Amino acid sequence: MADASYPTELLYHSEHDWARIDGDTAVFGITWYAQDALGEVVFFDPPEVGSSVSAGESYAEVESVKAVSDVVAPLSGEIVEVNLGLGDTPENINNDPYGDGWMVKVKLSDEGEIASLLDAAAYEATLS
Amino acid sequence: MTQYTAVTDADLAEMLSAIGVSSIQELFDRQIPADVRLGRSLDLPAGLPEQEVYAHLRALAAGNVSAEDEITFLGAGMYDHYVPAVIDMLLGRSEFLTPYTPYQPEVSQGNLQAMFEYQTAISELTGLPVSNASVYEGPSAVASAGYLARLANGKPKFVVSRGLHPHSRETLQTYAHGFGAEIVEVPLRDGVTDPEAWAAAIDGETGAVFFQQPNFLGAVEDATALASAAKDSPAVVVGQYDPIPLGVLKPPGECGVDVCVGEGQTLGNRLDFGGPSFGFFAATEAYLRRMPGRIAGETVDADGRRGFVLTLQTREQHIRREKATSNICTAQALNALAGVVYLTWLGKQGLVDLGELLLQRTHYAREQLVALDGVEALHSQPVVREFALSLPGCDVASVIRRCQDEGVNPGYALGRDYDELPDGLLVALTEQRSKADIDRLVEVLGAAVAAERTAVGASA
Repeated sequence: MADASYPTELLYHSEHDWARIDGDTAVFGITWYAQDALGEVVFFDPPEVGSSVSAGESYAEVESVKAVSDVVAPLSGEIVEVNLGLGDTPENINNDPYGDGWMVKVKLSDEGEIASLLDAAAYEATLS
Repeated sequence: MTQYTAVTDADLAEMLSAIGVSSIQELFDRQIPADVRLGRSLDLPAGLPEQEVYAHLRALAAGNVSAEDEITFLGAGMYDHYVPAVIDMLLGRSEFLTPYTPYQPEVSQGNLQAMFEYQTAISELTGLPVSNASVYEGPSAVASAGYLARLANGKPKFVVSRGLHPHSRETLQTYAHGFGAEIVEVPLRDGVTDPEAWAAAIDGETGAVFFQQPNFLGAVEDATALASAAKDSPAVVVGQYDPIPLGVLKPPGECGVDVCVGEGQTLGNRLDFGGPSFGFFAATEAYLRRMPGRIAGETVDADGRRGFVLTLQTREQHIRREKATSNICTAQALNALAGVVYLTWLGKQGLVDLGELLLQRTHYAREQLVALDGVEALHSQPVVREFALSLPGCDVASVIRRCQDEGVNPGYALGRDYDELPDGLLVALTEQRSKADIDRLVEVLGAAVAAERTAVGASA
């Protein structure tokens, strides 16, 4: 498992999700803290490409040996890609939560929402 | 009756004094708003001494007729198959009879292995790769399959064949109301699901389709065609199957059925006046994580020895709370154990032999009965163990009573569930009904129909 880290180039939602923003699209995933709390991830249940997600609401489920949890969208938009690789290797969510463990790519519907996300320092402060 | 209550008058007085009221009545008066109070006693008869209650219940029970007290051709979902002695012997063993859910694998290997063997048998029988370790009974298995579909695709419409067991349709309706799915019923045509109406009812908003094989009228459906009609929709294809005819019918897994469910009573459980029994639930791998109930898995222990554990428990209510795949905790494990013992006792060839025997006797009975005056086949579809007749112009309930007076139960009055089939009679066979029994049915039903027609003619 990776060491605890919260990359500064990402933005964070208080429900332990990150967003990597690139113009009008963003990639979502869960934070190091979230995967650590879940424990060994055994299954990722992705949304369908083309479906829409709303900031603060669940768009996918992640199942660990301990629990099944909702994954909350940090921003609103339409799913344009899902990480199908997680079907065979859900452990990437543990091993590389900000890289191979990414979950979905979203075309943003309201870029104004970005201002409400936390930077790495602010998010980390919520964990203590 | 104080011997049945845990609170003595002294206990009560102490508790009332602790909360500062003088009586139960005062507690109610102070706590429950007057406009929601009933304001009178419940309309119940006075209490009886235990001895009189026993006599009363005995008199009520004496009104029941056991399948062993008459020659019965009653089926309609529950069937009077022979239950071999080995089942009672194994079910009576205290290791099986007493335990609760085997959460601790280290002390539950026998039960877990029995569950695993049960799942394997159901999986082989249905031709579907995954099976859970049983649910409550058939209709709730059907309704749970609806909930699985709701979790899987969220589409709001269920397309349901009218050939699905009436109890399954009712239970599904109750569940569907809870999670907001709408039921669209497809009628039968010449005894089977009307293929055009079925195809027309399925669209992009259909979350699941439900049919029964053989259907409630005993007719063998074209399962492959029914399943493939849903191929271009998001629908989960749910088939409710009678397990016994699977010795001679194509397994649901080879017909495009995604979820196969059904009533397990026929596998080693007696009728027992309607229960308890168990339900089985098998599915394709795509729905593994949406399945309700317990699943036993095979694994190895720290020393590499074969062992069994409950697996995929994160779907279940004790971990997942309100997001569980099901909140029915009852697996009817003992009844399901009877099921796997029965299938093992019968064996692969035995199940085929039983199916063929049923085919022959059913064919003979149908042929003999439709040759009677006033008795017609309700449909001309192939059947395995049950078939529907119509008795034009007869009061079916009255015909059944006449037969029962002669010691024969001729079957089930379809008008009880199907307004459009007021003169329908459903006749079921098991290996316990011999050729002589069938001949006796022919004689008794022929006489009853003739007498009924005379009586109706006389009064007309």
